[in-house]
Amino acid sequence: MLKKEYNAVTYVSGPLLFLEGAADLAYGAIVNIDDGSGRVRGGQVIEVSDQYTVLQVFEETSGLNLDKTSVSLVEDVARLGVSREMVGRAFNGIGRPIDGLPPVVADQRLPINGAPINPVAREKPEEFIQTGVSAIDVNMTLVRGQKLPIFSGSGLPHNELAAQIARQAKVLGEGEGFAVVFAAMGITQREVSYFMQEFERTGALSRSVLFLNKADDPTVERLLTPRMALTAAEYLAFEHDYHVLVILTDLTNYCEALREIGGAREEIPGRRGYPGYMYTDLASLYERAGVVHGKKGSVTQIPILSMPGDDITHPIPDLTGYITEGQIFIARDLAQQGIFPPINVQPSLSRLMNNGIGKGKTRADHKELADQLFSSYARGVNLRRLVAITGEDALTETDKKYLRFAANFEQKFINQGQNERSIEESLNIGWALLADLPASELKRIRREYIETYHQKTGKLEELVGA
Amino acid sequence: MGTIKKIAGPAVIAENLGGAKMFDIVRVGNEKLVGEIIRLDGSTCFVQVYEDTNGLQVGEPIVTTGLPLALELGPGLLNGIFDGILRPLDKIQATSGIFISRGIEVSSLDRTKKWDFTPARKVGEMAKGGDILGTVPEYSFTHKILVPPDQGGRIKSIVGAGQYTIDDTIAELEDGTKLRMAHFWPVRKARPFIRKLDPNQPFLTGMRILDVLFPLTAGGTAAIPGPFGSGKTVTQQSIAKFGDADIVVYVGCGERGNEMTDVLVEFPELEDPQTGRPLMERTILVANTSNMPVAAREASLYTGITLAEYFRDQGYKVSLMADSTSRWAEALREIASRLEEMPAEEGYPPYLSSRLSSFYERAGKVTTLSSEQGAVSVIGAVSPAGGDFSEPVTQSTLRITGGFWALDAQLARARHFPAINWARSYSLFLNILEPWYRENVAPDYPEIRTQIITLLQREAELQQVVQLVGPDALQDAERLSLEIGRIAREDFLQQNGYDKVDANCSMAKALGIMQMIIAAYKQGEVALSRGATISDFLSDPVIEKIGRARYVPETEFPAYKAEFDKMIKAAFMGAVKA
Repeated sequence: MLKKEYNAVTYVSGPLLFLEGAADLAYGAIVNIDDGSGRVRGGQVIEVSDQYTVLQVFEETSGLNLDKTSVSLVEDVARLGVSREMVGRAFNGIGRPIDGLPPVVADQRLPINGAPINPVAREKPEEFIQTGVSAIDVNMTLVRGQKLPIFSGSGLPHNELAAQIARQAKVLGEGEGFAVVFAAMGITQREVSYFMQEFERTGALSRSVLFLNKADDPTVERLLTPRMALTAAEYLAFEHDYHVLVILTDLTNYCEALREIGGAREEIPGRRGYPGYMYTDLASLYERAGVVHGKKGSVTQIPILSMPGDDITHPIPDLTGYITEGQIFIARDLAQQGIFPPINVQPSLSRLMNNGIGKGKTRADHKELADQLFSSYARGVNLRRLVAITGEDALTETDKKYLRFAANFEQKFINQGQNERSIEESLNIGWALLADLPASELKRIRREYIETYHQKTGKLEELVGA
Repeated sequence: MGTIKKIAGPAVIAENLGGAKMFDIVRVGNEKLVGEIIRLDGSTCFVQVYEDTNGLQVGEPIVTTGLPLALELGPGLLNGIFDGILRPLDKIQATSGIFISRGIEVSSLDRTKKWDFTPARKVGEMAKGGDILGTVPEYSFTHKILVPPDQGGRIKSIVGAGQYTIDDTIAELEDGTKLRMAHFWPVRKARPFIRKLDPNQPFLTGMRILDVLFPLTAGGTAAIPGPFGSGKTVTQQSIAKFGDADIVVYVGCGERGNEMTDVLVEFPELEDPQTGRPLMERTILVANTSNMPVAAREASLYTGITLAEYFRDQGYKVSLMADSTSRWAEALREIASRLEEMPAEEGYPPYLSSRLSSFYERAGKVTTLSSEQGAVSVIGAVSPAGGDFSEPVTQSTLRITGGFWALDAQLARARHFPAINWARSYSLFLNILEPWYRENVAPDYPEIRTQIITLLQREAELQQVVQLVGPDALQDAERLSLEIGRIAREDFLQQNGYDKVDANCSMAKALGIMQMIIAAYKQGEVALSRGATISDFLSDPVIEKIGRARYVPETEFPAYKAEFDKMIKAAFMGAVKA
């Protein structure tokens, strides 16, 4: 069948191309753009009227000219061919294989925008995911179906943490299918190699699907990458019963792309030049996490974003925080002390934590222990400020213990390096940290747990290893 | 029938749509997506579409229904969960599975269910708009069947007690108008009433800090602004659970899907403190989560307030929770920007403030058309960008609402919940409520309240000193003020929403705890003047007794308080002989 071609290109600016006489293209349609030399680029209709149609070009627009360029329809909306065979494969940002293997034979071609999950269909997320990272498992527990972002900054080791979680994550006591869908947006070649090597070295690749949009790939493709990844994730979760962990990095690059396109379309900008619909747009990604009735699988998300200028009030972390269910906060001062993973538990939070912990899930004492560690650490950190003014001599014996506790908490509990710890081990280390404090100071923990665990879980040094 | 001329996200421009009127509902394209006309310009009309517009084409047809967005109001709304334009989400799930697809047409109410109708009026009587024709039991609630506010006349016939569906005619007026148990009402039009009344009764929320320090009236409005993680949703949900209302309308506007699930899972299991029935049976949820279409989010607030007014008109106290109005404002902004309207501050349209006012002003305590008293209280969450209260939505809201409950990230981080900042928050209803409190709580209640505020303020001042020089530099009298302030903060202001007992607190109990704290302060002063020390004060069992008070069940509290009153007389003396 001969495809209809549209040749009346009237205007090209940035990633946008204006076309006349193409009113029969549907809003959201995917097109091919041929520049006359045989080079074909992808594009999507982002506005259509009876006068002109606006296309967003997926690759750079250099070399396009108004006379020779022709446009043809590919698909009514952006779709991704999905299949179970995707597990273990690597794709570029728009779903084409980059691992040298042939394209997957699609079982279905699904629209990548997805559809909103009906709130009635959602199930309460309450199953514990063990990440093997003490700070996360104990203080900001991740549960299936949650979206828990990592708030980081430039130069901080969030990628290392993400790779560690991808490698270690598991649901306790179940041999069910676990898959990782990894979507990278605008990351450098250096980071791409790091992830590829890590995934191959640790064997995580065999249970992963990778979508990699590199920093030098066209900006516009970044808007598709996470949607491709989430479409694959939903397919694996809801058609093939996988428990899927989706890691999205780096959302800051995604939002920059959104701003770039908004600017090119001459939209009225919202805060700091980001489009006014950025909240809705981000929600259309983050809300694709969840557990639903009648389906065994689940989609859990760990989006990573680097906060420009480490500013948590910047629109990207701010809007993210309003949608996601907590955050894991990476702290520069901890990173500078060589602590890995440099997680600051104070601003970190998991809103769904209480659903996923306790007896039968982690351990009965988990919540109270976590509260106690949090408040004791907060007290230690506050005392550091006082010490800076008055010196350590002014402190009481108990206060000095809190100072030591805070230091140990950072150095021994948080600072676990690349080692994997089970939740049991992490909780015991928590108790070992508290062993130095008298039982009367443990106000957040009820007596029976103190009797069972206080000063009874073994020596800190032995627990954390040499 | 018109044709689509332009599509840009949720905004669609159509041509030649004959008979188009502002805010009429239209069906867009071959899939018949639901949309609403929001601007007319010559033969062109601008439409906001309540569903995803991907795949729509220029040239597709568009038809107007000739009617504005209206809700069908009648029995069968309670215990339901609906989308922003009142389509029941459970029925949508039955047709389209776990994902919400487009162009679904489902009725808001069950058309086949038979309800037990008991008439209250007789043939030959006058029935004006808003009058009560009869009643229908819905769970333990008495649903009053109203004559539609815009109709009325002499009753020609009315059915006897029996079972009817909402489509059956239950009465006929002399002019031939047939009345059903349900009627339609446009969401953007406030339902009429006889007059607004002074809201001189409190809307008790069960949260001590609100009921004591920053009370709301039944029929009042309050805003809860706060950065993420400060507990807006938890506060809203707590008020929905324990607030003193007959009906709760909870609008999840552009918020998380899992939060709606939380309500759906939790509310059926919780008991309504007044009726003992599941809380869900007095609740209606309107859920338009952040990933559902933006235009329907704009409509969802109006849907919520119209539902609330409908139950108000039956003579009930209704509370409306709107979480969050910022997402609603963003929807307004997004659509305005797609229509290339001139933006005002931060890209929001210039009419943001007037739209917000017209929404909040639909709250109030009124004499209904049937001369009963009903009230709608509105509590709106605001999600200021970056936690900065100077942004347009917070500021516009502040100018309208009577209560301002400022949530604070610092308090939340210190795990002080509810994280309502008592220095920044305010209520404009204190004066109007004072007589009620004197009469129903305690004759000297306002004075007690003032004493607690003074203690809290004194502590805040002393804390600043302590930050600089350490607590040891304070004299014992100041240490006492500091400790009492801390007790007021931790044992009175803080409230544990996860504890069965503490989650909900009556005014009597709140008063009791305040009296305990004040008595301890007075006795402390006496003890110190006789030579006792601050550690005598801190180590006395009375202090622990205050700390445990909030966990004592309401029924046991009077005895607990009496025991405290005995203990306090000789407290804090330590080694000093009394």
